[in-house]
Order: sequence, then C-alpha cells, then structure tokens
Amino acid sequence: MERSLTMVALFAALIAVLGLFPSFMLFTGVPISAQSLGVMLCGAVLGARRGALAVLLFLVLVALGLPLLAGGRGGLGVFVGPTSGFLYGWVVAAFVTGWIAQNWRGVDLAIAAGSGALIGGVVVLYAFGAAGMMLVIGLSLTEALAALGAFIPGDIIKAVVAGVIAGAIHRARPGMVMTR
Amino acid sequence: MLAMTLEQPTWLHPWPAGAKMAAMAVAMVGFLPVTDPWVIAALVAGTAALYASLGAVALRRGLRLLRPLLLVIAAIMAWHLIIGSPRQGAVICLRILGLVALANLVTLTTRLDDMTAVLERLLSPLRRLGLNTAAVSLALALVIRCIPVLSQKGGALLDAWRARSPRRAGFRIAVPLALVALDDADHLAEALRARGGVARPD
Repeated sequence: MERSLTMVALFAALIAVLGLFPSFMLFTGVPISAQSLGVMLCGAVLGARRGALAVLLFLVLVALGLPLLAGGRGGLGVFVGPTSGFLYGWVVAAFVTGWIAQNWRGVDLAIAAGSGALIGGVVVLYAFGAAGMMLVIGLSLTEALAALGAFIPGDIIKAVVAGVIAGAIHRARPGMVMTR
Repeated sequence: MLAMTLEQPTWLHPWPAGAKMAAMAVAMVGFLPVTDPWVIAALVAGTAALYASLGAVALRRGLRLLRPLLLVIAAIMAWHLIIGSPRQGAVICLRILGLVALANLVTLTTRLDDMTAVLERLLSPLRRLGLNTAAVSLALALVIRCIPVLSQKGGALLDAWRARSPRRAGFRIAVPLALVALDDADHLAEALRARGGVARPD
C-alpha cells in the first residue's frame, strides 16, 4: 500500500517535471513536449491501474490550480478548452499502455511497453482528443482528424521512445518495474 | 512552487470555494444553449467586466491565460470563414473564450488549500465505498512536495550531462530521471511504513 502510494505520487511528479523540461526536437525537427512521454511511462512502469491513478493525481493538481502542464498552463480553464479531450484521454492512455505492458509477457518490456504506448498513447489518446474537439469546436470526425494529423507522427516517435526508456528502466531496476 | 492564485486579495477571494465553483458551473451551463453571436458576445463582455471589477492585475492575468488559445481560435474562425458560416464560427470561438475565462476566474481567486478542501469534501462520501481519503490527501501533499525535489535532481542530471557531452541530452535524460523517481518512491514508502503506514484510520 505505501509503495503503491509513493510510486503513484512520484510518477505524478515525474509527469510535472518532464513538462518543465524544454520540449526536445527529435530528428524530424518537430518540437515534442516530454509531458505525454511521462504519461506513457506511468502506464509502462506502474501498470494499468496505478499508472492511470498517477495521471489522475497529476490532473487533479492541475485542476486545483497548479500550473503544471507544459508551458506553465493549468487551472480549471484547460479542462473546458478545445484540447481538453487529450487531458481526459491521458488517464485512459496510461491505463491501456499499462494493461498491454503487463499482459503481453514473453517479450522484452521495451516491445510490450512500446506497443502499449502506440495503442494507448496514440490511438486511444487521439480518439479522446478528436472527440474533445468535436464537442468543443463542433468539428466533424474527419475535420478533427485532419486538424490533428500533423501531430500524429511526433507522437508515434514518442511512443517508440517510451518503449525504449521503459526497457532501459527495466534493465536498471528489474525488481521495481510493476508491469514485470 | 507557485499556485496560479492572484496574490492581491480581490472581492471574490473571500467567497467560499464551493460557492464559486457552483456559480461557475451554472454560468457555464448558461453559455451552452446560446446560438446568437450577439448574446454570447454580451456574455463574454460580462465575464470580462467581472475580471475588470477585480482590478487591472486580474484582467491582465486572465488575458495571459487565454493567450495559448488564440492560435486555435484564429484557426477555427478562419475555417468557418472559408466554409461560409461566420456566425457559427463566432459563436464557437466566443463560447470557448467565455467558458475557459470563467473556469480560470475560479482558479485565479481561490487558494490551493481551499480548492483542496472542496475536493476532500466531494470525495468524503466515497469513503463508505472503501476509498481511503486520507491516502488521497497524503498523495496530493507528496506530489506537491516532490515536484521541486525531482525538478532539482533533474536539473543536476542535465548539468552532469552537459559537463560530459557536447551533444544535447534529449529524451535519454528521462531514463535516469525515472530511476530517481523510482528510488525516491522506494525510500518514501519505507519512511511511511516506519511511521505507521497509511492504513485507513477507521
């Protein structure tokens, strides 16, 4: 119980700290915020339930009024804005990432976590993001996907990176990764 | 770590946080059914007047919080001009501005402690369903305490990288940072257990 609690808390803090880091450019030249990488890592390292709880805890602190989102955004306003679907989707994204990482045994965690991040952190997340834009902006599904399309390649790269990082964490602390 | 609350007290600060959130929710619902751009423009103007009544600092901060939205708003308006529905575009853009501004108004005038108290009150009925609300409060406090610590350790990691490599650290820095988080969590868990743990008080 204590370990679950502190892991959830520290990974919520990790999402916040990754948001403070300057967004890094991968080889494509597209600037990428490390924050959603943190969301994928929550699932990949803590598993479905605890990973989703860590993201939820982070979002609660944002809603309570801490400017923890990348770029120093926060407060209640971000939860009704046009990109709020992504914030709600983060919780599910971490859950799906973690579920795949913990249930796909027999392969290296890097593969399982990377695949989980692709499905949870890209497919599921964009479904929520698009749904949010349809609700708030009144776009049709195709319009929403067209508007978001430019960001998908960057997030695919981020999912692969999340898998690589999860694999490295697993090698460094084999006993502490909760999905293995 | 600084919360987003305005430091200078305004007339809205002493209002109970729960009442402010309820008023915000009612006002937001009021925004939703409006389809006339002039009516919604009046509602947005009313929201702006509310900010202005709190003073120049509140108005400036409120506008700054809306700045990240401007690009999206501009894109939406441009799209609606292209497809020939400027009225609908104006309604959507004004509604987004109004809703976000209203929500931010609560954040700007409510202290973090008061917001947390509202959350705890909202969660308390779930105690009967088995939720350990004391653990939730502890987790919130832990995250708030750990962010500056973890951020400082992350800064040290970046410095160590820069001292040894001409290349940028990039995403690789996330590996040692996550390891620091894992180790800190382990130490904290032991410290908690040594002090009686977080079993439900009842």
